[in-house]
Order: sequence, then C-alpha cells, then structure tokens
Amino acid sequence: MIGLEFEKPVLELKGKIAELKEFTSTSDVDLTEEIEKLEQRLKKLEKDIYESMTPWDRVQMARHPERPTTLDYIGYLFTDFMELHGDRLFGDDGAIVGGVAKYHGMPVTVIGHQRGRDTKENIKRTFGMPHPEGYRKALRLMNQAVKFKRPIICLIDTKGAYPGKAAEERGQSEAIAKNLFEMAGMEVPVICIVIGEGGSGGALALGIGDKLFMLENSTYSVISPEGAAALLWKDAAQAKRAAETMKITAGDLKELGVIDAIIPEVSGGAHRNVAQQAALIDQTLKPALEELLQLSVPELLGERYMKYKQIGEYTL
Amino acid sequence: MIKDLFNKQKPKKKKYATIPTEASKQDVPEGIMQKCPKCKKIMYTKELKKNLNVCMQCGHHHGMTAVERRDSFIDEGTFQEFDAGLTSTNPLNFPGYLEKVDVDKQKTKMNEAVLTGVGRVEGFETVVAIMDANFRMGSMGSVVGEKITRAIEEAGRRGVPFIIFTASGGARMQEGVLSLMQMAKTSVALKRFSENGGLIISVMTHPTTGGVSASFASLGDYNFAEPGALIGFAGRRIIEQTIHEKLPEDFQTAEFLLKHGQLDAVIHRHEMKEKIAFLLDIHQQGGELA
Ligand SMILES: [Zn+2]
Repeated sequence: MIGLEFEKPVLELKGKIAELKEFTSTSDVDLTEEIEKLEQRLKKLEKDIYESMTPWDRVQMARHPERPTTLDYIGYLFTDFMELHGDRLFGDDGAIVGGVAKYHGMPVTVIGHQRGRDTKENIKRTFGMPHPEGYRKALRLMNQAVKFKRPIICLIDTKGAYPGKAAEERGQSEAIAKNLFEMAGMEVPVICIVIGEGGSGGALALGIGDKLFMLENSTYSVISPEGAAALLWKDAAQAKRAAETMKITAGDLKELGVIDAIIPEVSGGAHRNVAQQAALIDQTLKPALEELLQLSVPELLGERYMKYKQIGEYTL
Repeated sequence: MIKDLFNKQKPKKKKYATIPTEASKQDVPEGIMQKCPKCKKIMYTKELKKNLNVCMQCGHHHGMTAVERRDSFIDEGTFQEFDAGLTSTNPLNFPGYLEKVDVDKQKTKMNEAVLTGVGRVEGFETVVAIMDANFRMGSMGSVVGEKITRAIEEAGRRGVPFIIFTASGGARMQEGVLSLMQMAKTSVALKRFSENGGLIISVMTHPTTGGVSASFASLGDYNFAEPGALIGFAGRRIIEQTIHEKLPEDFQTAEFLLKHGQLDAVIHRHEMKEKIAFLLDIHQQGGELA
C-alpha cells in the first residue's frame, strides 16, 4: 500500500505491529500484551490523523494512485454491467466508460470518468481526461436512458477535460456545454457522485443532476490547486495554500450549498477497502434514488431547475 | 461497389476446400470438408456447423444462412415466420432478373434475402429480421424493404423489440431507384417504432455495406457486430482509387468501427444470444429497486 506523507506515523506503527506479530509467531517470547497496547495506540492515532486531514491531505487522497476508479465501483454497486462504446460520430474515448447495468434489480445507465491503473492503461485512457467524443458518448447513453426510462448514475473522477489540439478541433467546449444543457432536461432521475477529483468543466459535464454527492476525501474545484497557485501567486509550489483557500473539499462544498451530502469514507481512504466503500456509497445512493423515483417528470425537472437556480452568493 | 463484393464472394470454390490430396485419395465428396479462408485449416463442414460456423482454430466467423442464424438465436420451436410468400417482380424489366431470383430461391429455399418472424430469445418475445447474403448478395429490393417494414410494424403492434441481423452487399441494382427508396421506407418505419418507445437492436454480420449499412443497420438503439465483419458504405477499391492511398488492413472491419465510435460492442457469435437476452431483460417494463 502506498502511503501519503501525513499518514506516515500510522503506517510506521502498523509496520511495527506487524513485525512484533511476526516475531511472536516465530519465537517463544510472548508479546501479546505489548501488541494489544500498540493496537490501541494505533486506533487512537488513526482517529487523530484521519479525522483532522487538511484540504491538501484530501487532495493527495483524492489523487491516490490506488484510489478506486469508476469500474472498480461498478463491479461492487451493480450487477450485470454491459459496457457500451462509442459516440457514433468519431471515436470511443476510454477516459469515459458507460453502459447498462442493474442496481438492486432495477435497470440503470451508469457513466463515469475512468483513470488507468497503470501507465499503459493511463495512456489509453488519457489519464481519465476526456476528449469531446467521451462527452458525446456519455450524452448518447443518457439519451438512450431517457428513451427507456432508466435512471442515470454518473461517477465523477477527472483532473479535467483533456487539454489538446485535437480536442479543441473537435469542439471540446461545445461537447461540455451540450452536456450541461441536455442534462438539465433529462426526464429520468440523475444522480452524480464525485468519487475522486472533480476537475472543473470536464467534471461538470457529467455533473448536472437531481442529487450531487461527494466522497469524504474527494475534491471539486474550478481549477486544480497547482493551477490556482500559478494564476493567483504566479507560483505553482503554493498549491497547498491554494487548496486551503479555494474551498474544494466535500465539507466546503456542503457548506456552500453545492452538494447534497457527503458520503463517508473508510478510515484511511476509500482504497483501504473498496467493497466497504461501495457499501457506504450504496447507503446514500439507494434512498436518494428511491426518493427521486416518487417524483413525476415535471416535479423532477422543476426541482432540478431550482437546485441550480439557488447556487451563488450575492447581495442587493 | 456492389460488383466488387460480388466478385469477391463469387468464387465459391474458395470458400469450400480445394480438396487436399490425401482427402481426394480417400474420396471425400465435395462439401464435406471446408477450408477456413483465414487460417487455411481444413475441417469437417459438419463440425464447423456445430460450432456455429466459427473456425475451431482461429475463431474466424464464417457466413451463416438465415435459417442457421434463426436456429442459433431463437428458442427452439417458438419461431413463426412472416410473409413467406412475398416475391419480387421486375419493375425495370431488367433482362434476366427474375431468372436470377429464381436460381437463388432454389439454392436457398427462401423467397427473398431476408427471413422475418416472431420468436422467443431466452423467453423474451421478439420480432427478428435475418438477412441472408446467399440470396442475391443480401441486396435490398422491394421485397426485402417490405418484409423488414412489415416486421417493424408487427413489433410495434405487439409491443416487443425489433432485432435485425444484417448481411448485405447494398442496393438491388436491378430494381433501380425503388431499391434506394427501401432505405427511406425502412428508416421511416423505424422512426415511428422508436418514437413509440420501441427497442431496436442491430447486429451487423459479414458483409454489411452500402445502402443497408446506411439505413436500418446503423439505426439500432444498440449497434453490434460480429468479429471481423466487413462494414462500410463505399467499397474499399473505390475509396482507394478516389484518394490514391492504400487503406489499412483492418479498414471497415467491425473492430475498426468500434475504435471509431460506430459500434457499442463487437460480440462473438457464441455469446450473441446470451448478451442480447441480457439486454432484452434490461428493457423489461416496471423495474423496481429491490
Ligand atoms: Zn480459421
């Protein structure tokens, strides 16, 4: 398991406990009491460290190389997933995956950003940063969901839309804009969950819905902390400071009234136990979907409209 | 373009094995053995058929007749055919046209290049249209257009999905513009069916080209293809002559189309029924959170 800077004391203590356990099992010396003591200390230490994470710690957690991806969660949350490819226009973007599946027995359409788990896969998936054809594939699948009256579930996890020449030539802006526009009118429940990084417009293009949730250690921002630091203070090294200033954590967004709820994470981060994390997502997702399924289409669209109308702060 | 395909397909002997010397010595009658055009393996036709015409060695998907397709896809004993009596006329008085149609009728025991009907797929009632490339290259004339349109309408009346397996060289030249207009007719029927919530699944098999690829084959809510199938609008040779460029090896294959965003998935024939039955299940009405 790859450890982050701030959690080093936890990992060191864990290592020590493992060592003692190994020693106990291979020698006559009984260290059970000692181990118990250390384990209690570990519990307290974990609580202290993971419950007082700074925004920058959370940025690291959201970017953790072992953080579960969309396809990881799909495997746990749904049954019978069938991936569907292509925008029917230009290509099939591996940075977004989507398809049909069953959620507690109900047919749904699920779509999400997809990072690679290694360099080779990351190159294929352009590090989870979509091109226009990714957004157009997503829109195609959403329209299909509406035709067949299936709820839509979007998992958000991207540093942002891919910054490239080809992406601009094919209309990156138009592709993102069209999704925001069309998602506003989808006549089925749409639930969006930020599972990792929510990077700007590239994240938002899968993010207009009736409910928006964030995992505890995910982030959602108009620009990356590095980008913000470069713009604000002409110094990308000030990213940590930017992370504190920009209000990008789940807690911040809840306070700002942008998201509906925070989905708690497994202690130490989602990657410590994907199955358990999926169960935690399920606990929020299922009641939310049940609630939305009670609404008529005009009610659904009316509430979605008001949800976005009320965002913003101003004074007369 | 049609001609290109036709010529490619025409040397039947290519498809059947030129009986190897040992085989000839054993006096194996023609048709009992078959040679895979891809890996050149010679195998028993019977065994190949048992394997749904998929090469046991390299996985190459050989052609299938409409009847073979039906038997591999529709639950046994559930198929009822539609419009078995519709037959072509000769609207342009094209010399020799009806004679050619008659030859193919004898050869395939079909009335035209598409077989339509209703049946069950793992229990789900479905209207299917299955094209047969052995009948006039699966080209689309008035009868093909009418049979497909009627099948779509029947799916609408029954409120069941419409599934089409395409295999076609394109337009039926001998019916001229009436052939072209079958693209329009079938597409108009699909639009109405779709507007009423109808589910359309298209499975493109080798070859799906020209007017068929540019109409109902591409209009599924889900567009699938079999591995290695040739799918495209214009013929390879025409494109090469026009752009003065050599085209890549995989040009216009199912895999090429998948990469370029045109297909939802490429599905192996052995998994076809299971995967489509899964989709039919997903589209049953009244799902509830359990
Ligand atoms: Zn072979």
